[in-house]
Amino acid sequence: MPPDLEAVAEQVFAALADPSRRAILAALASGGPATATDLAARLPITRQAIAKHLALLADAGLVTAEPGERRRVRYRVRSAPMQVAQQFLAALARDWDRQLGVLRDHLDRAARGPAGTRDPRNPRTAN
Amino acid sequence: MGFPDRIERTVELAHPPEKVWAALTTAEGLAAWFGNEAAIDLRPGGQAWMRWAGEGFTAQMQVERVEEPAVFGFTWHIFGLPEDDPRRTYVEFTLEPAGTGTRLTVVESGFAQLPEDAHRKAYDGNAEGWAKELGELASYLDAA
Repeated sequence: MPPDLEAVAEQVFAALADPSRRAILAALASGGPATATDLAARLPITRQAIAKHLALLADAGLVTAEPGERRRVRYRVRSAPMQVAQQFLAALARDWDRQLGVLRDHLDRAARGPAGTRDPRNPRTAN
Repeated sequence: MGFPDRIERTVELAHPPEKVWAALTTAEGLAAWFGNEAAIDLRPGGQAWMRWAGEGFTAQMQVERVEEPAVFGFTWHIFGLPEDDPRRTYVEFTLEPAGTGTRLTVVESGFAQLPEDAHRKAYDGNAEGWAKELGELASYLDAA
């Protein structure tokens, strides 16, 4: 099934819009898989709120639930959906407008030459 | 589709295609406006790199198309993904004479690629990679 990139990106950004969910993801990323109870002990968030956030993160595909000892579910981060969001951001961050402006300035400077005799209106070229 | 797979920009330059071609395809030209240092083996399949001294960052490129002085294409790493990510975008410059100058078009495509198999193998359960990726994402969001 081909992933719907728009839907994936929307879910990832929605999931990351909440500081508690970012804290949960950061805790799982740095500390490895953990149960909701483990996370409640480490974060200033109630266990009930953590369970709600984990359910949303699981819907977004950002965490997966895996069975642990004594039926306690452990959560693990999944980075695949994040890759989609990162690619979206990469497209926004690629600043061709600025880069092409620099190219234009470079060509203009090079055409005026080091002696700067081509454009008497601009005193900076007459060095 | 709203998801950006490609970026396309056109700029009019008051210089002939030969001049623009040199700025795009020589180490000297690239180092003058793109990176701070550059090297290029200008042939399809040839390798090239640019280094930005301030950021301590190097971009590796592979030359794909060389049709002097009209088309120059290369692939490079997707900006923002981990260094070892195999995915790349394709950048193609097209130069058309326009009066005494040049109409330069740049198209960068491939941002939306998502190979079905690669990401699971490479990233699931990689806690160290995750910490780095989240940090990079945060930087992007901060800058936006």
